Amino acid sequence: MNRFLEQRVGFAMLSLAALAVVAPILLVIGAIVVRGIGAINWEFLTAVPRSGMKAGGIFPAIVGTLVLILGTSLAAIPIGVGGAIYLSEYARDTWLTRAIRLAIVNLAGIPSVVYGLFGLGLFVLFLQFGTSIVAGSLTLAIMTLPVIISTAEEALRAVPTEFRTVSASLGGTRWQGIRRVVLPQALPGIITGVILGLLRAAGETAPILFTVAAFFLPRLPQSAFDQTMALPYHLYVISTQVPGMPPQIQYGTALVLLALVLSLNVIATMIRSSFRRRRQW
Amino acid sequence: MLIPTRLARLRKIRRPRSSSVSWGRWTEFLIESLIRILGLSTIGFVLLIFLFLLKEGVPVFLRVTPANLFGARWYPTFDLFGTMPLLLGSVLVTVTAIAIALPLGVATAVFVREVAPGWAREILKPMIEVLAGIPSVVLGFFGMTLVAPLIRTTLGAPTGLTAFTGALILAYMSLPTIISVAEDALDAVPKSYRDAGLAMGATQWQTIWRVVVPAARSGIITAVMLGMGRAIGETMAVMMVTGNAARLPLSLDAIFRPVRTMTATIAAEMGEVAQGSTHYHALFGIGIILFLVTFVINLVAAPAIFAKRRRGGLR
Amino acid sequence: MPEQQNPKINIQDVTYEYDDGKPILRHVTLDVTAHAITVFFGPAGSGKTTLLRLINRLNDLVEGSRMSGKILLDGRDIYAPGSNVPELRRRVGMVFALPLPLPGTIRENVTYGPQLAGVRDRVRLEEVVERSLTQAALWDEVKDRLDTPATSLSGGQQQRLCIARSLALKPDVLLLDEPTSGLDPISTAKVEETLFQLREHYTIIVIPHSVQQAGRVADYTAFFLMGELIEYGTGTALFTSPRDRRTEDYVTGRFG
Repeated sequence: MNRFLEQRVGFAMLSLAALAVVAPILLVIGAIVVRGIGAINWEFLTAVPRSGMKAGGIFPAIVGTLVLILGTSLAAIPIGVGGAIYLSEYARDTWLTRAIRLAIVNLAGIPSVVYGLFGLGLFVLFLQFGTSIVAGSLTLAIMTLPVIISTAEEALRAVPTEFRTVSASLGGTRWQGIRRVVLPQALPGIITGVILGLLRAAGETAPILFTVAAFFLPRLPQSAFDQTMALPYHLYVISTQVPGMPPQIQYGTALVLLALVLSLNVIATMIRSSFRRRRQW
Repeated sequence: MLIPTRLARLRKIRRPRSSSVSWGRWTEFLIESLIRILGLSTIGFVLLIFLFLLKEGVPVFLRVTPANLFGARWYPTFDLFGTMPLLLGSVLVTVTAIAIALPLGVATAVFVREVAPGWAREILKPMIEVLAGIPSVVLGFFGMTLVAPLIRTTLGAPTGLTAFTGALILAYMSLPTIISVAEDALDAVPKSYRDAGLAMGATQWQTIWRVVVPAARSGIITAVMLGMGRAIGETMAVMMVTGNAARLPLSLDAIFRPVRTMTATIAAEMGEVAQGSTHYHALFGIGIILFLVTFVINLVAAPAIFAKRRRGGLR
Repeated sequence: MPEQQNPKINIQDVTYEYDDGKPILRHVTLDVTAHAITVFFGPAGSGKTTLLRLINRLNDLVEGSRMSGKILLDGRDIYAPGSNVPELRRRVGMVFALPLPLPGTIRENVTYGPQLAGVRDRVRLEEVVERSLTQAALWDEVKDRLDTPATSLSGGQQQRLCIARSLALKPDVLLLDEPTSGLDPISTAKVEETLFQLREHYTIIVIPHSVQQAGRVADYTAFFLMGELIEYGTGTALFTSPRDRRTEDYVTGRFG
């Protein structure tokens, strides 16, 4: 075969492969939007579920997911950003640092359902937090650490070394240089990482199955030690556990979850790209 | 030798130790200590996770005979805890998923990195990020309601909830990982390799497959490993679309029959077991297996991930 | 060795090397006079920049290196255990080869050091800004736009801003590592003019970016080669009548 013809056919096949990757993504989003949009109205977003979840809204699940995002960020941001600062600004290349990096890679690889088991074992049972927002948030927080740490570390490392040297030469301690120069410069990158981590937490079901999620709880959580409904688990419940569920409510719930996660995704991307355009170094 | 005597005379420069204890130095010291603890905490979390899996999972290895534990029948109600069907179920689904995702992922990475015009890249990369962000339960729901019926009618099978359906969904879930790691690997191949290929009269197509992709081989292997780690640990989507039948997937048509994975077993049954029962410990035992498998996968892939970091970090 | 009536800095037998054994400085001993411009010059890799950075301990940030010998500032060992490094760096200012304004406005750049040192009072900070910028011969050019980003200044202005930033801390000593290497001749002349004015109040050590510049600004001159101090003398004597063959070769342009 003529090798230029071969190349043309080859490139065509590569484009087909790319299309085969992209098309189903559009299909998923399209199908859920088209079939779910009809369910979205004020009542759906602000009312509690009624008639065995077959009517009413998903308000408690939305609130529950937002509360879990908040709880997760309270625990994950200080630990994650602190860990990133340690790796980028303080750690030398020792076996201990390599062990930390290995730990992060492994945390990133642990299956989400194993996080669920861990959360059940440590937070729910051993520390006796019970099935609660605290237990679920802490479990999700540990799961999101790898994302936050690696993105934040990358953002910190992108800040030129010279700024640290200049700060030191002006009598700044290491921490003063970090707080006054390095952190502000790395902030957009860090925020991007935090959002990407929280986005993952918002969509996860397995880690909250045994740590916080309530099957049906038509009220808002009363305290941090209360259970709560959450969007991903609610979608799982109404699509597998409740016979005769109106499809529109299922798709509507999927749409709300998808919209929440994707809008976080878009925000993160926007922060990152505007930051890349704006920075002067 | 001159060096040792000289070294003996030389004094290592140390960081200042606080002798005149001022407030500023104390805060500095406290903050540094706090940050160091936060940095070390990740190691603590890995250990803690393993510890609690062991604490809750080890009893099953004491209470259940190995023959039972590695037997072919998982019927916890009858004290049969054979994990073999679950293990093989996970393997079947994962391997099939990778078999679908590898060619698709590498081809897409090659397309994005080597062939695609700028506008196509601008569309593809965010789309792949979007795919990575879609919650697993949403994909599972989509698989249940739209993919499974399609597969059932195509196959004329009694159910569309099969190992293949799960593998298909899993393939797409591991694609973002495979594509981004493979793309980084292609990125790392020096431009001079490409120039050399083209200079010898090869077409771009020949250069890609005979020079660039082989040079990126180790990175692509890493991509596959990480994709596999992602796939074997995936829970919700798999549970929703594979039909969850705990039978040994050994027949020829096993791929088109329902199957049950380790992750799905834990997720589906943990809610119903009595705490402290053998069944409860058995589910944690499966957790130990999952932890170890993904740990080994990441341990092997770790050096490659670190190499990437030296080149400029995760993207 | 020139007569030193008033040595501000004593460098005593300083040797510096990396852990891999690569020596950067070997047994360097010299005294730096107060209220004068001392020039360190020599080819690239002669160790002059390293010596400069050792004087305000900036090389503490470099991993895997070791130093022996002593550096005394006003008779006190700056590497003595327990010495306050930030305090030292406030007394010994540093200006780098490239203008490196910190992110932020002109004003923020000047007040950065004093604020870290704990100065909060607005009026005092205002005074510091005006005094330092005036000393660095930049005040008239920027007084109307103190709150614009420092990066909006020209290269020469940025470098004078960096000098002002160091002066804001009222240091005793000012170290300048090729401060004009990235500048055009007019900006270079301005920076050199600034140095002459500062000499009255400060002890200045400059690494010039050319032998010509060394000749223009030097009160004392030290010539380094491959980590060793070859020759040290008053004024421009080194250029007109070098005692060492290697110095002569370098200044007449036979190598380097």
